[in-house]
Amino acid sequence: MSARHRNQANYWAFVVHRVSGVLLALFLPVHFQVLVLAVKDGAAFDSFTAWTEAPMVKLAEAALIVLLAAHLTGGLRLLAIEFLPWRDWQKSVVAITAGISLAMGLVYLLNVT
Amino acid sequence: MSGSDNMHDGLADEFAARGPRPGTETRLWLAQRLSAMVLGVCVVVHLITIVIAVQGGLSAAEITARVAGNPAWTAFYAVFVIAISVHAPIGLRSVLAEMTKLSARRVDLLCFIAAAMLFVLGIRVVTKFHALGAGL
Repeated sequence: MSARHRNQANYWAFVVHRVSGVLLALFLPVHFQVLVLAVKDGAAFDSFTAWTEAPMVKLAEAALIVLLAAHLTGGLRLLAIEFLPWRDWQKSVVAITAGISLAMGLVYLLNVT
Repeated sequence: MSGSDNMHDGLADEFAARGPRPGTETRLWLAQRLSAMVLGVCVVVHLITIVIAVQGGLSAAEITARVAGNPAWTAFYAVFVIAISVHAPIGLRSVLAEMTKLSARRVDLLCFIAAAMLFVLGIRVVTKFHALGAGL
């Protein structure tokens, strides 16, 4: 077995889709529980969001946005491969998904204060 | 889950047992793709909402003012949660089946628990915001 496939853009698209999917699934229960706080105890929620003002937390949030955007665009790529006629565009699509995902992280950081 | 005798069979058994009707694997594949299409729309809306909502900071009051008592947002988040509860566990099932040595039965059990957990925790948020808006 050679590891040559690991140099393929499409292999890395697979890895990113898998890793982002698992991390998002793990994040969701936490996300839901924090949102319950916003209803039950607004003050507790606001003190939690005060903690999220820390620069490192903001960076982690931006990383989550990138993960979500990467899973979204990577998923659209998969749907296109499976349901649309084949085109010779694979590497370009991977590059576009990466570009959009990183741009989303940047948009988030530019809007968060 | 009742009524599906081959729900917990391994992948190979699943294919062997498959009759003329689509088998469990095919159904799960389709369910994940259909939920993915729904989520594609939901996540775009969610990302735009996030970028708008975080401008000037985020507060419980701000989220409540937007969501609570608004039937459109309640419906949107209910659909979002249902689609996630379908989509994520099927993806986790593939990951666990391919990357761990857990038996197919155990993988299916874990993913069923994950589905139930995501649905209950998620829909709880939706109903709580709804109840808040309805003054309950």
